[in-house]
Formats: sequence, C-alpha cells, structure tokens
Amino acid sequence: MEQQEQQSINPPLGNEQAKKLLYQMLLIRKFEEKSAEMYTQEKIRGFLHLYVGEEAVAVGVMQALRPEDNVLCTYREHGHALVRGLKPGVIMAEMYGRQEGCSRGRGGSMHLFDAKTKFYGGNAIVAGHLAMAVGMALADKKMKRDQLTCCFFGEGAMAEGAFHEAMNLAALWQVPVLFLCENNLYAMGTALRYTHAQTNLELKGAAFGIDSSTVDGMDLLAVIKAANTAVAAIRKTGKPHFLVCNTYRFRAHSMFDAELYRDKSEVEEWKKRDPIPGYFNYLLQQQILTDVDFKKIEGQVELEVKQAVDFAETCSLEPVEELTKYTYSEKQD
Amino acid sequence: MPGQLITYRECIKQAIREALQADERVFIMGEDVGRYGGAFAVSKNLLQEFGPERIMDTPLSEAGFVGAGIGAALGGMRPIVEVMTVNFSLLALDQIANNAATLLHMSGGQFNVPLVIRMSSGVGRQLAAQHSHSWEPLFAHLPGLRILSVGTHEDARYMLAPALADPDPVIIFEYTSMLNLEKELPDSAESIEISKAKVRRAGKDISIITYGTGVYKALEAATELAAAGIDAEVVDLRVLRPLDEETIVASVAKTNRAFLVEDASRSVSVSSEVSARIMERCFYDLDAPVQRLCGAEVPIPYPKHLEDASVPQPAQIVTAIKTLLQHA
Repeated sequence: MEQQEQQSINPPLGNEQAKKLLYQMLLIRKFEEKSAEMYTQEKIRGFLHLYVGEEAVAVGVMQALRPEDNVLCTYREHGHALVRGLKPGVIMAEMYGRQEGCSRGRGGSMHLFDAKTKFYGGNAIVAGHLAMAVGMALADKKMKRDQLTCCFFGEGAMAEGAFHEAMNLAALWQVPVLFLCENNLYAMGTALRYTHAQTNLELKGAAFGIDSSTVDGMDLLAVIKAANTAVAAIRKTGKPHFLVCNTYRFRAHSMFDAELYRDKSEVEEWKKRDPIPGYFNYLLQQQILTDVDFKKIEGQVELEVKQAVDFAETCSLEPVEELTKYTYSEKQD
Repeated sequence: MPGQLITYRECIKQAIREALQADERVFIMGEDVGRYGGAFAVSKNLLQEFGPERIMDTPLSEAGFVGAGIGAALGGMRPIVEVMTVNFSLLALDQIANNAATLLHMSGGQFNVPLVIRMSSGVGRQLAAQHSHSWEPLFAHLPGLRILSVGTHEDARYMLAPALADPDPVIIFEYTSMLNLEKELPDSAESIEISKAKVRRAGKDISIITYGTGVYKALEAATELAAAGIDAEVVDLRVLRPLDEETIVASVAKTNRAFLVEDASRSVSVSSEVSARIMERCFYDLDAPVQRLCGAEVPIPYPKHLEDASVPQPAQIVTAIKTLLQHA
C-alpha cells in the first residue's frame, strides 16, 4: 500500500510520459499564441485570457486526476480544457463562436464546457464556482461515488467572501475537493501585496482546518508531486485539500490590458523560469529526451494547432432561430 | 381529508416530507432547518425522521450553500435549498443569476440544474424595512429560472413535487404572513402544472390578476364585490416566469377589464409586465384602462398602520374596482 502510494506520487518518468507532458505544455503555449493571433485578426472576439507562463500548473495537476473526477476552472481555462482532453479544434471553434464549439459557440473563450470530460467551465465570475465545486463533491459523497472535484481559481478569488464560504463548507462537510489556487501574483492588474494582508496564501487553509500545501508552479515536476500528494490524500480521507501553485502570467491579463502595473523587467525575470524550457532542460540532462525529440513534438503541436484553426474556419454559426434554445430544458417525454 | 382545516405551514411541511420519502436524491439544506426545526417550524421533526444527511443545517452562508445546491444538482442530487427569508437572498444572487440561471444555455444544453430554492417572503409581521421584502419581480427578471409564488394552501401542498421534477432551477416564494392561516385543502389534488396560472374564481365583469398574498385578498374582495353585484374573476399567476400569457389573455378577453394586485412596489413590478402583455394582446378587448394596486414605493416601515398602508388591502381592492366599474 505504502509503496503503491509512493509510486503514484512520484511516477516513473518514462520516455512516453515525458513526451506527453512536454507535448501538453507546448500545446497550451502554441494554442494560446495562435489564439492571440486569431484575436488580432478578429476571428476571436470578447474577452480572451491567455495562460502563457502558467502551463506547468494545468499539466501537473490534471495528470493527477481521473476521468470520473469533476473539473471546474476560471475564465483562463483553455489550457486546462486542452489537457483535460477537449479537442483543440472544438475549443477554437468555441472561440470562433461556432456551433461545433464545445458550448455550441455560446460561451466563447471564458465558458468552455464539456460533459464528456466532466469539464464544468469556464466560470467567469471570480470565485463564483467554488461553492458549486463543494456541492458537486457533496453529491459524490452522498452518492458514495469514489471521485473528487478539482476547482481551479486565482489568488484574486481568495479575497472574495465566496472563497471563505466554500472553504468552510468543504471542511465542515468533509467533502473531496482539491482547491487549486493558481497564484499568478496579479488580480487583473493589482498585485498580491495590494490585495491580501496575508500573502502566504496557503496559511489561509489552516483557518478552516483544511490541509494545505504550496508549490513552485513554474516547476512541472514539483507540481506533479504536490498534486499527486494532495490528490492521494483526498482520495484516502475524503477531505478537502488546498494547494497553492505559485506561478506567473507572461502575457497581459486580457487582450485589453496595457500592462501599466508591472515592469517589463519583472516579466523578463520570470521568463527565465519559463516552465517549458525548464522542464525540457531537465529531460535533456537526464537524457530522457533529445533536441530532435523536442523538434518533433513541436512540429506535431504546430500541426495540431493549425488543424484546430482550419477546423474552426470550416465551422458554422448556430441559426438565429435557436437563440432561446436551452434557456430551459427541452420537454422530456 | 375533506373538510379538515390545515395551516399553510403544515401544507409546506407535508410537501417536503413527501418529497423526501419519494426520492432518495432529495435533501433539504439551509439555515436552521434541522436542529432548530426551521426558522418558521416548517421542517420541525424532519431531522429526527430523515437524519442529518437529508436535513442539513448550514452556516450563515447564503452564497455558499446556494452555490453548493447548484453543484449538488449538477452532481445528480435533487436539493431543496431553503433560504430562510427572501431578505437574505441577495447574498446568493450571484449564484442564482450567474450560475443557476445561465449554465444550461451557456453550456449549449449540456448542464441543467435541477435545483429548488424555497424562500419565505413578504410583508406583514412588523419586521421593518430589511425583513419585509417582496422581491418576486427581481427574480422574475432572470431568464433561465422558473419563479413560483405560493398564494394558496393547495399550491403550498402540491407545488413542490412538480418543482422537483423540473430539470431546471425553480425558485418558490412562500409567504411568512400566511403560515398560520388555516384553510380546507381540496380533497383530491389535481396535478399541478407549474407552467400555468390558475383561475381561482370565475367571473365575467373584471379580472383581478394577482399572485402570492394577493390571491386570498382578491378572493375576499371578490366575495364582497359579488354582494354588490359585481362578478369578479380572480387569476392567480402562480408562475411569474415564464409567465402564462394565455390564461391572462383568455380571462381579459372574457371580462374586458383587468385589475392587477401585488405587494411588490409598483415600478418595474410583475404587474408592470402583465399590464404590458395585456396591452400587446388584448388592447381591443379592453373596456377600461388596466389598473393596478401595488405596494407603496417605500422601504416597509415597522408600525402596523404604516406597514398595512404599504401593501394592498382587500377593502382597497373593493373600492377601486367599484370605482372602475362605476358602481361607487
């Protein structure tokens, strides 16, 4: 038992697993860059929040989850959706506002939903989805289903009352939720030190009696280990866990953000800790992968992203006659 | 049990009890629903009968437990979330407006939210401005929700089951001032359609269109009007969203006059909407302009005489209708 657990916490990093993780991080990076490009071409409209720089968090956490687990994310969720298994083309189509998109084009960038992969958004009111996550875990507990709910949110959400209510309920009811804080240091444009009196965010878990941990979110292997540890504990105890991943967003908050609130030098400093080269250099040193492997993976990713755009270009708009469809459920006979 | 008197409170309680017995997925959660027995004793002894898994006391955490109710509904349960009174519901408005009401449409039809939220509502117990709200119009504004108003004992007893069977979020407004009111329950329950308004009294001279506490007031007024030779029809809207326009139209087409009554303040109210629909659909049927008797546009004050003056009273309905029909 102990040995098994140990193994699941530190999975043997074989060649295939290493390639997969690298592929996922690169897929997010290039998908996001392409999304920005499509935004400037006005193919994508509305809000667009990119995950560039934070890839290690989604990739590291998602690999710890099982298909039956529930996943809830914020409006900066393309990366999570990709890693969870939504097809890049379906996400791109969603951002194009096309009915072949994962939410029929109705949600756009901020509202990716997918029942098949139990991906519950794409939630764009900060901290609004935390209590829902608790409720989903409560349902699992009541129905005696052996699964957990993973809820991603930013450190900005932790200043909301809704965060505190959700943490209290989860602890009170002892339900299996992984509260996953992606601390990228900025709530839109306001730095952590201006929004939280206690900037050691993981300490807030203790107030609710929730086991908490913190990890360098730029280090994929560290995230994997922390996520596996947290998830193993939740599966074993059925209790919530609070994990803070300290990370950084390399790009602007959204496409409307002029980034007046931080120095370019700060961004450049963080880019030295870019999780993708960081991870690849490790793989090189360990002689797990080679430069040739990297080029090959990069080529595959670029092809997949190109195909996503090609697919979105072929997709259709939902007929206006269907505007009100699904405001209410269709009659079940 | 024909002929037997039953309180509005007992009707709600029986409905909840029956729902808990009928479906293992149903549970109730809210502030003080368990050990306290419900702030208004609606769920008294249910904890003893069904246990703490099904009768869940929550902290004072409206956003939290309404959100958890939405999540539990997504997870396959059939939660009844009790928001102790409507006055606290705005703390959960983000959950209701941004999650419950939007998820199905925003996800392209993938995720429906089979949630029932009950809240005790209204004026009449001298609780002053912060505890006397009539916010039906506020919630009835939101597409994606079904808004029910329990104006009779029959609905108190039989509306919960169809609400729980609805695949989408339903908010049920109950009325604190009616809890102790005793009435006879119809001996056999006709199946209640929560998409339909109901004609509570048929008449030919005027349609009194109302909901909630207005229903019994309107029926009382109609009885008095009958003595004066005026045959008033009383339409209980029951469903404030989506509004049952056909029942309204049919009634007004028959009586050619409409008089709208509600406790909520007049501007941007349910009656504003009903009036507009009548103009759109029944303009040429009308023999007189639509008239309204609504709540005063004030925060509800504490003293009894001022509180009474803040909402329509049966005598005012009678006087106004006599004037409208030139019987005065």
